[in-house]
Amino acid sequence: MDDTAIKIENLTFFYNSDEEGRAPEDVLSNVSLNIEKGSFIAVLGHNGSGKSTLARHLNALLLPKGGAVTVFGMDTKDEELTLEIRRRVGMVFQNPDNQIVSNVVEEDVAFAPENLGIPTPEIRARVDEALKTVGMYEFRTHAPHLLSGGQKQRIAIAGVLAMRPKCVVFDEPTAMLDPQGRRDVMEIIGRMKNEMGSTVILITHHMEEAAMADTVVVMSDGKIVMDGAPREVFTHVEELESLGLTVPGTVKLMWELRKNGVDVPLGALTVNECANALAAHFQSK
Amino acid sequence: MLKDVTLGQYFPGDTVIHRLDPRTKILMVIIYIAALFNAESWISYGVVLIFLAAAIAISEIRLTAMLKGLKPIVFIVVLTSLLNLFYASGDIIAQWWIFKITREGIKAAILMAARLIMLVMGTFMLTYTTSPIMLTYGLELLLNPLKKIKVPVHELAMMMSMALRLIPTLIEETDKIMSAQKARGAEFDTGNLIQKAKAMLPILVPLFLSSFRRADELATAMEARCYHGGENRTRLNVLKMTRRDMIALILGVLVLAGVIVLARFGL
Repeated sequence: MDDTAIKIENLTFFYNSDEEGRAPEDVLSNVSLNIEKGSFIAVLGHNGSGKSTLARHLNALLLPKGGAVTVFGMDTKDEELTLEIRRRVGMVFQNPDNQIVSNVVEEDVAFAPENLGIPTPEIRARVDEALKTVGMYEFRTHAPHLLSGGQKQRIAIAGVLAMRPKCVVFDEPTAMLDPQGRRDVMEIIGRMKNEMGSTVILITHHMEEAAMADTVVVMSDGKIVMDGAPREVFTHVEELESLGLTVPGTVKLMWELRKNGVDVPLGALTVNECANALAAHFQSK
Repeated sequence: MLKDVTLGQYFPGDTVIHRLDPRTKILMVIIYIAALFNAESWISYGVVLIFLAAAIAISEIRLTAMLKGLKPIVFIVVLTSLLNLFYASGDIIAQWWIFKITREGIKAAILMAARLIMLVMGTFMLTYTTSPIMLTYGLELLLNPLKKIKVPVHELAMMMSMALRLIPTLIEETDKIMSAQKARGAEFDTGNLIQKAKAMLPILVPLFLSSFRRADELATAMEARCYHGGENRTRLNVLKMTRRDMIALILGVLVLAGVIVLARFGL
């Protein structure tokens, strides 16, 4: 119990049926998952696999229709605890434009602590700290709409960090960013896990991003179809491709080589590992 | 193309007037308007005008910016002063057909024009020197007592600041949609008024759709950041009334009192 941040048990969810009375289809069916404190979990899946719906259950934006979600020992169905849950589980969304609430950067970062009724001097301290963490302190009096997408997303992350959450859920945070913005955001996510000890849950369909995680969970049709360390999950190249996911280039290369009779290990994730494995193989010949 | 629209017409600065509490400035504008409508004579108008001129000078707002803002009301000013000019009775100076100009008419026309122009300029002083966020916050605090009679003050203020926040985003979006439609051969600046209005339709429909989606996402994001209404909310920047504000308010009240006293003596 103590090591568990979020516990999902037999979670089932469907959106209420429309007016024509068609039977609602399960968006999530019987999902169970244990997320340990301080871990970094990536949830992979193509569009409509239920990964965003799953994410919205982690901070009580959606409530289970069946089963239960327990966040730091609190049942999300208990409405009295909703705020306590949300201050512990922050969430960063896909579109930075649609999550920024103020015309001034620092006012936006202050939004969550203001909602929590934190005293003014402490809000100031939190805002400054959060802005420094994401490297946007110099922009604190700027207007967000004049910043780039990546900068806006960093502001949105600062806005969540200012709550001092124990766990942060990122729902496709890089989907709308350019490569530079994507790198910046991923670098912050890495630091949050390594330096700040946050629990990180990253919803994505980028294999390269998922490769940074401790555990990868692959979803399809509202079910968890695979989970394990990235190294292990990515070896199931054919299965992943049948789910509409592309494996990282390195893994793909190794897999093609193996298919053509070259005996290299499949578990090479980074470009370096891949190069070393190839060098080792060809030198041994 | 739409990017350079200035909204809220705020001119950032660091003068005494910029630094006044927004609540003070809102109250000052109310006092100023009351004084303006109590002024009846050249002298009392002069007092109010000196007050306005001093404020403009201190705020370092360029007069051209002030005059530019007057453009939309030129028609109203001209119309009301013409009506005042011809409808007053008194010593006739000139007469032509059914039009007659009287001494009282001229005075009424000039004073009415002055009143309208000074009214608009005075309110400009508020919006030119106060950022929209501060203005909203000041209004929220001033209207706070109305919460007792169940007026949703916080909600109204939040709606206003959301609107201010989304205006630049929506302008950008409109720009994007217009470019997309132009790329597919739509024409926006040709044809008569009806044709132009019709051409706007393919812009408005996608704009509305995306606004609804945006509103939904924004509401979710606000909830995720623990928004739960105005209850127990604290602020990053807290407004504090200082001596400066007190002095300004006393000054305003003195001007109002002066104008009322002058009116008593028929001046």
